[in-house]
Amino acid sequence: MSADDSEVQVDWPDYRSTEWRVPRRPLVTLPEELHRLDGPVFGEDVLGPSDNDLTRQHAGEPLGERILVHGRVVDEDGRPLRGALVEVWQANAAGRYRHDVDRHPAPLDPNFSGAGRCLTDDDGRYSFTTIKPGAYPWGNHPNAWRPAHIHFSLFGRAFEQRLVTQMYFPGDPLFPYDPIFNAVRDSKARELLIARFDLAATEPEWALAYEWDVVLRRTPVEDA
Amino acid sequence: MRTPSQTVGPFYSIGLCRTPGNELAHDGVELAGTLFDGRGEPIPDGMIEVWDAAARRWGRCGTHPAGDFSFRVPAEAGHLEVYVFARGLLRHQWTRVYLREDEDDELLKSLPPGDRETLVARHEAGRMRFDIHMQGDRATAFFAH
Repeated sequence: MSADDSEVQVDWPDYRSTEWRVPRRPLVTLPEELHRLDGPVFGEDVLGPSDNDLTRQHAGEPLGERILVHGRVVDEDGRPLRGALVEVWQANAAGRYRHDVDRHPAPLDPNFSGAGRCLTDDDGRYSFTTIKPGAYPWGNHPNAWRPAHIHFSLFGRAFEQRLVTQMYFPGDPLFPYDPIFNAVRDSKARELLIARFDLAATEPEWALAYEWDVVLRRTPVEDA
Repeated sequence: MRTPSQTVGPFYSIGLCRTPGNELAHDGVELAGTLFDGRGEPIPDGMIEVWDAAARRWGRCGTHPAGDFSFRVPAEAGHLEVYVFARGLLRHQWTRVYLREDEDDELLKSLPPGDRETLVARHEAGRMRFDIHMQGDRATAFFAH
Protein backbone atom coordinates (compact mmCIF):
# COMPACT_ATOMS: atom_id res chain seq x y z
CA MET A 1 0.00 0.00 0.00
CA SER A 2 1.58 3.28 -1.00
CA ALA A 3 0.62 6.91 -0.67
CA ASP A 4 -1.83 8.15 -3.23
CA ASP A 5 0.01 11.26 -4.33
CA SER A 6 -2.84 12.53 -6.45
CA GLU A 7 -4.80 13.03 -3.25
CA VAL A 8 -3.14 16.17 -1.90
CA GLN A 9 0.22 17.69 -2.70
CA VAL A 10 1.78 18.16 0.72
CA ASP A 11 4.72 20.13 -0.67
CA TRP A 12 2.69 23.05 -1.95
CA PRO A 13 4.51 26.41 -1.72
CA ASP A 14 1.37 28.47 -2.44
CA TYR A 15 0.37 27.51 1.10
CA ARG A 16 3.20 29.28 2.85
CA SER A 17 3.07 27.40 6.15
CA THR A 18 4.25 24.27 4.35
CA GLU A 19 7.75 25.69 3.80
CA TRP A 20 9.43 24.78 7.09
CA ARG A 21 7.10 22.00 8.14
CA VAL A 22 6.78 19.51 5.29
CA PRO A 23 9.29 16.64 5.53
CA ARG A 24 11.97 17.05 2.85
CA ARG A 25 13.61 13.66 3.07
CA PRO A 26 12.12 10.64 1.31
CA LEU A 27 9.53 8.83 3.40
CA VAL A 28 10.44 5.40 4.72
CA THR A 29 8.64 2.53 3.01
CA LEU A 30 7.29 0.15 5.63
CA PRO A 31 6.93 -3.61 5.31
CA GLU A 32 3.45 -4.69 4.29
CA GLU A 33 2.42 -6.07 7.69
CA LEU A 34 2.81 -2.65 9.30
CA HIS A 35 0.07 -1.40 6.99
CA ARG A 36 -2.47 -3.68 8.65
CA LEU A 37 -2.54 -2.10 12.10
CA ASP A 38 -5.86 -1.67 13.85
CA GLY A 39 -6.66 1.76 15.19
CA PRO A 40 -8.35 3.01 18.35
CA VAL A 41 -12.06 2.40 18.88
CA PHE A 42 -14.21 4.91 20.72
CA GLY A 43 -17.47 4.41 22.57
CA GLU A 44 -20.46 6.47 23.62
CA ASP A 45 -18.54 7.54 26.72
CA VAL A 46 -16.58 10.09 24.68
CA LEU A 47 -19.79 11.90 23.72
CA GLY A 48 -21.36 14.69 25.74
CA PRO A 49 -24.92 16.05 25.57
CA SER A 50 -25.53 18.24 22.50
CA ASP A 51 -22.23 17.16 21.00
CA ASN A 52 -23.93 16.69 17.64
CA ASP A 53 -26.01 19.88 17.86
CA LEU A 54 -23.77 22.94 17.87
CA THR A 55 -26.81 25.22 18.11
CA ARG A 56 -27.79 23.90 21.56
CA GLN A 57 -24.60 24.12 23.56
CA HIS A 58 -25.39 27.45 25.25
CA ALA A 59 -28.30 29.27 26.88
CA GLY A 60 -29.27 31.02 23.66
CA GLU A 61 -29.14 30.20 19.97
CA PRO A 62 -26.14 31.15 17.85
CA LEU A 63 -26.54 33.73 15.11
CA GLY A 64 -26.33 32.56 11.53
CA GLU A 65 -27.92 30.29 9.01
CA ARG A 66 -28.98 27.04 10.72
CA ILE A 67 -27.95 23.96 8.74
CA LEU A 68 -27.94 20.19 8.97
CA VAL A 69 -24.82 18.41 7.78
CA HIS A 70 -25.09 14.68 7.30
CA GLY A 71 -23.56 11.85 5.33
CA ARG A 72 -21.89 8.46 5.45
CA VAL A 73 -18.39 7.37 6.31
CA VAL A 74 -17.37 4.50 4.03
CA ASP A 75 -14.14 2.94 2.82
CA GLU A 76 -12.91 2.83 -0.77
CA ASP A 77 -14.81 -0.42 -1.29
CA GLY A 78 -18.03 1.27 -0.22
CA ARG A 79 -18.20 -0.54 3.10
CA PRO A 80 -19.76 1.57 5.87
CA LEU A 81 -17.56 2.35 8.85
CA ARG A 82 -19.66 1.79 11.92
CA GLY A 83 -18.87 3.47 15.25
CA ALA A 84 -16.37 5.84 13.61
CA LEU A 85 -15.60 8.89 15.74
CA VAL A 86 -16.33 12.08 13.79
CA GLU A 87 -15.13 15.35 15.33
CA VAL A 88 -15.87 18.76 13.81
CA TRP A 89 -14.86 22.34 14.48
CA GLN A 90 -15.57 25.56 12.67
CA ALA A 91 -15.72 29.36 12.68
CA ASN A 92 -18.95 31.10 13.63
CA ALA A 93 -21.23 32.82 11.13
CA ALA A 94 -18.99 35.90 11.17
CA GLY A 95 -15.89 33.88 10.31
CA ARG A 96 -14.36 33.87 13.80
CA TYR A 97 -13.09 30.88 15.77
CA ARG A 98 -13.45 30.70 19.52
CA HIS A 99 -9.67 30.38 19.88
CA ASP A 100 -7.24 32.74 21.59
CA VAL A 101 -4.95 32.85 18.55
CA ASP A 102 -7.69 33.95 16.13
CA ARG A 103 -7.23 37.70 15.68
CA HIS A 104 -9.77 38.29 12.93
CA PRO A 105 -11.72 41.40 14.04
CA ALA A 106 -15.12 39.79 13.64
CA PRO A 107 -17.44 39.25 16.60
CA LEU A 108 -17.41 36.15 18.76
CA ASP A 109 -20.81 34.64 19.40
CA PRO A 110 -21.44 33.88 23.08
CA ASN A 111 -23.82 31.14 22.01
CA PHE A 112 -21.45 29.31 19.71
CA SER A 113 -18.39 27.22 20.59
CA GLY A 114 -18.05 25.69 17.13
CA ALA A 115 -17.14 22.14 18.15
CA GLY A 116 -19.01 18.86 17.97
CA ARG A 117 -18.63 15.12 17.69
CA CYS A 118 -20.58 11.97 17.07
CA LEU A 119 -20.20 8.28 16.29
CA THR A 120 -21.44 6.83 13.02
CA ASP A 121 -24.37 4.40 13.17
CA ASP A 122 -24.47 0.85 11.80
CA ASP A 123 -24.80 2.20 8.26
CA GLY A 124 -21.85 4.59 8.69
CA ARG A 125 -24.12 7.62 9.01
CA TYR A 126 -23.34 10.78 10.94
CA SER A 127 -25.22 14.06 11.31
CA PHE A 128 -24.72 17.44 12.91
CA THR A 129 -26.88 20.50 13.39
CA THR A 130 -24.86 23.72 13.23
CA ILE A 131 -24.76 27.14 11.59
CA LYS A 132 -23.07 27.90 8.31
CA PRO A 133 -19.54 29.17 9.02
CA GLY A 134 -18.33 32.46 7.54
CA ALA A 135 -15.32 33.03 5.30
CA TYR A 136 -12.34 34.70 6.97
CA PRO A 137 -9.02 36.35 6.04
CA TRP A 138 -5.85 34.48 6.93
CA GLY A 139 -2.80 36.44 5.73
CA ASN A 140 -1.28 33.75 3.53
CA HIS A 141 -1.00 36.23 0.66
CA PRO A 142 -2.53 39.68 -0.02
CA ASN A 143 -6.31 39.58 0.42
CA ALA A 144 -6.34 35.88 1.24
CA TRP A 145 -9.71 34.51 2.37
CA ARG A 146 -10.57 30.95 3.27
CA PRO A 147 -13.73 29.61 1.65
CA ALA A 148 -16.32 28.67 4.27
CA HIS A 149 -15.53 25.23 5.64
CA ILE A 150 -16.08 22.82 8.51
CA HIS A 151 -13.07 20.87 9.79
CA PHE A 152 -13.60 17.12 10.10
CA SER A 153 -11.49 14.57 11.97
CA LEU A 154 -12.29 10.88 11.46
CA PHE A 155 -11.12 7.52 12.77
CA GLY A 156 -11.93 4.38 10.83
CA ARG A 157 -11.18 0.82 11.94
CA ALA A 158 -7.63 0.62 10.71
CA PHE A 159 -4.86 2.89 11.98
CA GLU A 160 -4.18 4.22 8.48
CA GLN A 161 -7.81 5.15 7.86
CA ARG A 162 -7.26 8.20 10.05
CA LEU A 163 -8.26 11.37 8.19
CA VAL A 164 -8.37 15.07 8.98
CA THR A 165 -9.95 17.16 6.27
CA GLN A 166 -12.31 20.06 5.54
CA MET A 167 -15.82 20.13 4.11
CA TYR A 168 -16.66 23.03 1.79
CA PHE A 169 -19.98 24.41 0.53
CA PRO A 170 -21.10 24.22 -3.11
CA GLY A 171 -20.53 27.21 -5.38
CA ASP A 172 -18.13 29.08 -3.13
CA PRO A 173 -16.60 31.97 -5.15
CA LEU A 174 -13.35 31.69 -3.15
CA PHE A 175 -12.44 28.22 -4.45
CA PRO A 176 -10.11 29.39 -7.25
CA TYR A 177 -8.08 31.52 -4.84
CA ASP A 178 -7.58 29.12 -1.94
CA PRO A 179 -4.20 27.32 -1.88
CA ILE A 180 -5.32 24.82 0.74
CA PHE A 181 -8.28 23.64 -1.35
CA ASN A 182 -6.15 23.72 -4.51
CA ALA A 183 -3.34 21.68 -2.97
CA VAL A 184 -5.60 18.84 -4.08
CA ARG A 185 -4.45 18.94 -7.69
CA ASP A 186 -7.04 16.66 -9.22
CA SER A 187 -10.35 18.44 -9.88
CA LYS A 188 -12.37 15.27 -9.28
CA ALA A 189 -10.65 14.80 -5.95
CA ARG A 190 -11.38 18.43 -5.02
CA GLU A 191 -15.06 17.79 -5.69
CA LEU A 192 -14.99 15.15 -2.98
CA LEU A 193 -14.37 17.97 -0.49
CA ILE A 194 -17.56 19.83 -1.45
CA ALA A 195 -20.88 19.00 0.19
CA ARG A 196 -24.06 18.67 -1.86
CA PHE A 197 -27.06 20.87 -1.12
CA ASP A 198 -29.71 18.39 0.00
CA LEU A 199 -33.23 19.76 -0.39
CA ALA A 200 -34.79 16.44 0.65
CA ALA A 201 -33.05 16.55 4.04
CA THR A 202 -33.93 20.19 4.62
CA GLU A 203 -36.27 20.72 7.55
CA PRO A 204 -39.03 23.05 6.32
CA GLU A 205 -39.33 26.29 8.29
CA TRP A 206 -36.20 25.32 10.24
CA ALA A 207 -32.91 24.51 8.51
CA LEU A 208 -31.25 23.92 5.15
CA ALA A 209 -29.29 20.71 4.70
CA TYR A 210 -26.05 19.55 3.13
CA GLU A 211 -24.92 16.01 2.47
CA TRP A 212 -21.27 15.04 2.53
CA ASP A 213 -19.91 11.50 2.39
CA VAL A 214 -16.38 10.74 3.49
CA VAL A 215 -14.40 7.96 1.82
CA LEU A 216 -11.56 6.53 3.88
CA ARG A 217 -8.86 4.32 2.47
CA ARG A 218 -9.46 0.63 1.91
CA THR A 219 -9.89 -1.47 5.03
CA PRO A 220 -6.96 -3.90 5.18
CA VAL A 221 -7.86 -7.53 4.72
CA GLU A 222 -7.51 -9.46 7.97
CA ASP A 223 -5.00 -12.27 8.02
CA ALA A 224 -6.62 -15.68 7.79
CA MET B 1 -11.32 7.61 -4.91
CA ARG B 2 -10.96 8.64 -1.31
CA THR B 3 -11.62 11.96 0.34
CA PRO B 4 -8.43 14.04 0.28
CA SER B 5 -6.72 15.24 3.42
CA GLN B 6 -6.62 18.90 4.41
CA THR B 7 -4.64 20.62 7.13
CA VAL B 8 -5.80 20.59 10.73
CA GLY B 9 -5.14 24.36 10.71
CA PRO B 10 -4.18 26.55 13.67
CA PHE B 11 -7.46 26.34 15.59
CA TYR B 12 -7.92 22.56 15.90
CA SER B 13 -7.78 22.67 19.70
CA ILE B 14 -11.34 24.00 20.00
CA GLY B 15 -12.54 20.75 18.47
CA LEU B 16 -9.89 18.17 19.23
CA CYS B 17 -8.43 19.15 22.61
CA ARG B 18 -11.50 19.98 24.63
CA THR B 19 -10.58 17.46 27.30
CA PRO B 20 -7.13 16.19 28.29
CA GLY B 21 -6.35 13.03 26.37
CA ASN B 22 -2.65 12.47 26.95
CA GLU B 23 -2.79 9.82 29.67
CA LEU B 24 -2.56 6.32 28.19
CA ALA B 25 -1.66 4.81 31.55
CA HIS B 26 -2.33 6.54 34.85
CA ASP B 27 0.79 5.17 36.53
CA GLY B 28 2.91 5.10 33.37
CA VAL B 29 6.10 6.90 32.47
CA GLU B 30 6.14 10.43 31.13
CA LEU B 31 7.04 10.74 27.47
CA ALA B 32 7.76 14.37 26.65
CA GLY B 33 9.11 16.22 23.67
CA THR B 34 9.07 19.27 21.45
CA LEU B 35 7.90 19.54 17.85
CA PHE B 36 10.38 21.55 15.74
CA ASP B 37 10.18 23.05 12.26
CA GLY B 38 13.01 23.19 9.71
CA ARG B 39 14.48 26.35 11.23
CA GLY B 40 14.72 24.74 14.63
CA GLU B 41 11.76 26.75 15.93
CA PRO B 42 9.19 25.02 18.12
CA ILE B 43 5.82 24.52 16.39
CA PRO B 44 3.23 25.94 18.80
CA ASP B 45 0.15 24.85 16.86
CA GLY B 46 0.82 21.19 16.17
CA MET B 47 -0.91 18.12 17.52
CA ILE B 48 0.54 14.73 18.35
CA GLU B 49 -1.44 11.50 18.53
CA VAL B 50 0.10 8.30 19.84
CA TRP B 51 -1.20 4.74 19.56
CA ASP B 52 0.06 1.80 21.55
CA ALA B 53 -1.21 -0.89 19.18
CA ALA B 54 -0.13 -3.73 21.49
CA ALA B 55 -2.04 -2.47 24.54
CA ARG B 56 -4.70 -0.69 22.46
CA ARG B 57 -4.23 2.65 24.19
CA TRP B 58 -4.44 5.95 22.41
CA GLY B 59 -3.68 9.55 23.32
CA ARG B 60 -3.60 13.05 21.91
CA CYS B 61 -1.76 16.21 22.94
CA GLY B 62 -1.60 19.68 21.40
CA THR B 63 1.72 21.54 21.30
CA HIS B 64 0.23 24.85 22.35
CA PRO B 65 1.70 27.24 23.43
CA ALA B 66 5.45 26.47 23.19
CA GLY B 67 5.75 23.47 20.90
CA ASP B 68 5.86 20.95 23.75
CA PHE B 69 3.85 17.79 24.24
CA SER B 70 3.76 15.11 26.88
CA PHE B 71 2.05 11.78 27.45
CA ARG B 72 1.89 9.27 30.23
CA VAL B 73 2.46 5.92 28.56
CA PRO B 74 2.56 2.32 29.80
CA ALA B 75 5.98 1.60 31.33
CA GLU B 76 6.07 -1.73 29.53
CA ALA B 77 5.37 -0.25 26.09
CA GLY B 78 8.01 -1.05 23.50
CA HIS B 79 7.02 1.45 20.87
CA LEU B 80 4.12 3.70 19.95
CA GLU B 81 2.84 4.82 16.57
CA VAL B 82 2.94 8.62 16.27
CA TYR B 83 0.90 10.91 14.04
CA VAL B 84 1.90 14.56 13.64
CA PHE B 85 -0.68 17.16 12.62
CA ALA B 86 -0.08 20.90 12.18
CA ARG B 87 -0.90 24.01 10.28
CA GLY B 88 1.21 23.67 7.13
CA LEU B 89 0.81 19.90 7.01
CA LEU B 90 -1.81 19.19 4.38
CA ARG B 91 -1.61 15.56 5.46
CA HIS B 92 -0.55 14.15 8.81
CA GLN B 93 2.84 12.49 9.08
CA TRP B 94 3.49 9.08 10.57
CA THR B 95 6.47 8.11 12.66
CA ARG B 96 7.14 5.84 15.63
CA VAL B 97 8.75 6.27 19.02
CA TYR B 98 10.71 3.42 20.62
CA LEU B 99 10.88 3.56 24.39
CA ARG B 100 13.78 1.14 24.35
CA GLU B 101 16.26 -0.01 21.74
CA ASP B 102 15.17 -3.29 20.26
CA GLU B 103 17.90 -5.05 18.29
CA ASP B 104 15.42 -7.54 16.87
CA ASP B 105 12.92 -5.00 15.62
CA GLU B 106 12.55 -5.42 11.86
CA LEU B 107 11.75 -1.80 11.18
CA LEU B 108 14.63 -0.43 13.27
CA LYS B 109 17.01 -2.92 11.66
CA SER B 110 15.95 -1.82 8.20
CA LEU B 111 16.81 1.83 8.79
CA PRO B 112 20.20 3.48 8.38
CA PRO B 113 21.70 4.42 11.79
CA GLY B 114 21.02 8.14 11.33
CA ASP B 115 17.31 7.47 10.78
CA ARG B 116 17.14 4.83 13.48
CA GLU B 117 18.24 7.14 16.26
CA THR B 118 15.53 9.69 15.40
CA LEU B 119 12.93 7.13 16.53
CA VAL B 120 14.41 6.19 19.90
CA ALA B 121 13.41 8.16 23.00
CA ARG B 122 16.16 8.93 25.47
CA HIS B 123 16.13 8.90 29.26
CA GLU B 124 16.02 12.31 30.87
CA ALA B 125 15.60 12.95 34.60
CA GLY B 126 12.87 10.47 35.40
CA ARG B 127 11.12 10.66 32.08
CA MET B 128 11.59 9.80 28.42
CA ARG B 129 12.30 12.48 25.85
CA PHE B 130 11.33 12.30 22.18
CA ASP B 131 11.73 15.42 20.06
CA ILE B 132 10.26 15.53 16.57
CA HIS B 133 12.04 17.50 13.83
CA MET B 134 10.02 18.00 10.66
CA GLN B 135 13.10 18.94 8.61
CA GLY B 136 16.85 19.58 8.84
CA ASP B 137 19.94 17.64 9.90
CA ARG B 138 18.08 15.95 12.72
CA ALA B 139 14.89 15.35 10.74
CA THR B 140 12.75 12.56 12.13
CA ALA B 141 12.20 9.56 9.85
CA PHE B 142 8.59 9.64 8.61
CA PHE B 143 6.79 6.74 6.95
CA ALA B 144 4.96 6.55 3.63
CA HIS B 145 1.26 5.93 4.16
